[in-house]
Amino acid sequence: MSTAIIETKDLCKNFGAIEVAREVNFRLERGARHALIGPNGAGKTTFVNLLTGLLLPSRGSVLLEGEDVTALAQAKRVKRGIARTFQINQLFRGLTVLENVCIAVSERLGVGGSMLRPAGKRADVIEEASRLIEMLQLGGDAGRRITELPYGRQRLVEIAIALGLNPRALLLDEPAAGTPSAESHILLDAIATLPRDIAVLIIEHDMDLVFRFAERITVLVSGAILAEGTPAQIAANHEVRAVYLGNALDV
Amino acid sequence: MDVISILLGGIAAGMVLFIVSVGLSVTMGLMGFVNLAHGGFAMLGGYAIVLSMKHWGLPFPAALVFGFAVVAAISVVLERLLYARLYLATELDQVLFTIGLVFVMIASVTLGVGPETQTVVLPEWLRGQTDLGFITYRTYSLALIVAGTALMVALWLGFERTRIGARIRAAVDNRRMAQSMGVDVGRLFTLTFALGSGIAAVGGGLGAEILGLDPQYPLRYLAYFLIVVSVGGLGRVSGVFFAAVLIGVLDFVLKIYFPKGGTMFIYALTLVFLLARPQGLFGSKGAS
Amino acid sequence: MTAAEELARRHRLQWWEALPWIASIACFFAFPNYLAFGAQVLITILFALSLDLVLGYAGIVTLGHAAFFGAGAYTVGMMAMHWGWTEPISGLLAAALVAGVIGLASGLVLLRTHGLTLLMLTLCTMALLEQGANMGAAWTGGFDGMPGLSFGKILGLFSFDVLYYRSQYLYALAALFLCFVIVRMLVYSSFGQSLTGVRENLLRMHAVGAPVRMRQVLVYTVSAALAGVAGALFTQANGYVNLAVLGLERSAGVMIVLILGGYGRLYGAFVGAFAYMVLEHVLAKAYPTAWQLGVGLTLVAVALFARNGVIGMIESLRRRFAGQGR
Repeated sequence: MSTAIIETKDLCKNFGAIEVAREVNFRLERGARHALIGPNGAGKTTFVNLLTGLLLPSRGSVLLEGEDVTALAQAKRVKRGIARTFQINQLFRGLTVLENVCIAVSERLGVGGSMLRPAGKRADVIEEASRLIEMLQLGGDAGRRITELPYGRQRLVEIAIALGLNPRALLLDEPAAGTPSAESHILLDAIATLPRDIAVLIIEHDMDLVFRFAERITVLVSGAILAEGTPAQIAANHEVRAVYLGNALDV
Repeated sequence: MDVISILLGGIAAGMVLFIVSVGLSVTMGLMGFVNLAHGGFAMLGGYAIVLSMKHWGLPFPAALVFGFAVVAAISVVLERLLYARLYLATELDQVLFTIGLVFVMIASVTLGVGPETQTVVLPEWLRGQTDLGFITYRTYSLALIVAGTALMVALWLGFERTRIGARIRAAVDNRRMAQSMGVDVGRLFTLTFALGSGIAAVGGGLGAEILGLDPQYPLRYLAYFLIVVSVGGLGRVSGVFFAAVLIGVLDFVLKIYFPKGGTMFIYALTLVFLLARPQGLFGSKGAS
Repeated sequence: MTAAEELARRHRLQWWEALPWIASIACFFAFPNYLAFGAQVLITILFALSLDLVLGYAGIVTLGHAAFFGAGAYTVGMMAMHWGWTEPISGLLAAALVAGVIGLASGLVLLRTHGLTLLMLTLCTMALLEQGANMGAAWTGGFDGMPGLSFGKILGLFSFDVLYYRSQYLYALAALFLCFVIVRMLVYSSFGQSLTGVRENLLRMHAVGAPVRMRQVLVYTVSAALAGVAGALFTQANGYVNLAVLGLERSAGVMIVLILGGYGRLYGAFVGAFAYMVLEHVLAKAYPTAWQLGVGLTLVAVALFARNGVIGMIESLRRRFAGQGR
């Protein structure tokens, strides 16, 4: 029972009368390759926000490796090993790609608050950031500002930052959305080659991607879990097919 | 001075604050734009009103309309040409721009008209005192109270009962959602900005008796307008109304009993209040 | 040079960084009659530098920074007037301490908010100090302030030169240099880098696990202490302190100086303070209203077109020529 990295118990969230999460009981297992799908407005991003602490639930709890983190702020949860990417890039726009990733790595290594030593002397930070940038084939853009990059490449920086945090659980919110095929290729390769001890939860609409990547799929509709299981089980599930109006799941 | 006189005096001052500040509250709530030059529109309106009465002999009500129209027109031009470029800019750029703009306004008026305080010559029917039965009070102050309340009711009805009002309220609460529902936020803002500045212009003229009217007006009262708007809650007409009346009465009372420490009390109160309730009296937490 | 090499070398001293200091010393010999003005420029540079930490690097928009300048100024004034404590350097340290404590206390409380609320609260805090100084006439001299203060010898050797401001100028220069070394170190450290992260994307900073509020409060406190030193220098150099050290005019003034020079760029304070004060000295006395009009128009233009000030314009010119050189 304690193999789950992230677990939610009866997680509920409502804005006034609108319920965006309803009694969600969810488990993200260690080393999982888990996909979260559902129609638009199902509450997938809201759910991730609840997991990461950007939103606090109305009821229920979030557990990280068995520990109740429901009241814990975002930054503290990151320190415990959850990293995420945002549906819309959240990058340090005026800074260079290298600086973006360096900031993430510095925080992870706990030197982000160091006032005496110049950041440039932290060779370990710069080296690791450079490695991540190379891995995502952003090497040529390392010195360019985010604002100078096309959207697809910015998306790769978003992933680099999350990877720089060396998380135990990586939550990706529609990583390929709006990304041209050249970059989404690199992106998917990077996700595919992630070490097995990192649990990955991916929100996606691209069913091709979902069925190629996921070992487990959760279907969220109107804030509640409709179905959960292996890709084969989900593809065969009548209710899920109905929600997607039939065709989208025919792979 | 008995309690009722003091209350009425404070409420009248509060009304002026309300009339000037309500436009600022709505436009700030609507576009999230920090407009420190808002007092400048009130000043320009005041000057338009006073000077048109002095040099063209316009009667008071006509002058008010004139002031409204002139400043609304100026504000439309400024909004389309300049403000609109900075809606997506950082808060710092907006602060800089509006400080610069208010400097330009102050300097222009000083150069064009002169640094002296302007006085309003009130029409006959607004001078003197009125007998209300339980008290005889200054007619002008009573008129201000009536005007301010009427404006509040009119605006409130406008926001609650008309379609445009509904669109404005929706955009204040969640701009992106309103946009995705087809509301032309750009045009809405020009309209609201013009209306807000025009009303402020009228407030500048109406308040010339109480707040005075000289080129330094926008900076001298900037803090008061901002306090009224933040305490009232952005985009909330009723909030601005109550905050303005509260500040007006407080300031009036303190000027009489604690002439030295009065302003300090207001700042301290604002500080404590905003810390406890950053969204203001009627604002909603975390509005977009 | 790769991006990594560039980042690793960024903190190294460039040759032109010696220029402002060489120029300042040259001015000491070249313009002996303008040292009083020069001292004011140096003090303003320090004040603007402190604001740059908070505004330019951390992105905290405040209109109340004069609160700390004033706190430092009054601390030194009151120490001299009421306790007869006129030793200058310890005065600076005391001012830094007092201003820093006020910065810490107000930062802890205010930085829970953002946007207009934060702006208002910084204004209110400063206004409270201003009103307090106005009312506490027994301590602060009230509206008239404390004129005619005299201070002891610097390091026991150099007395304040009331006529030509010689010692004041060098004293301010030395203080500015020391404070600048501190600021430069902060800016190039990982802490400084994380501040730019806070400025560029607050949400992302939370999402990489940074203790954002603590960083903000820290930089706010350090900045307040530095502003306090600038205020203390003001009182010591000029021999008086009054309400003008507080208030919107002084806060807006230093903000304008920083913006014109270029914020978030370390030397923007130098360029901005020098340019603004020279222009003001020449123009404002003669045509005050036209000066205000000019400043207003410049601010509008900067906000619309040249957001990064003079230094920003130099940078973009340099980049354009570097690109052409390929």
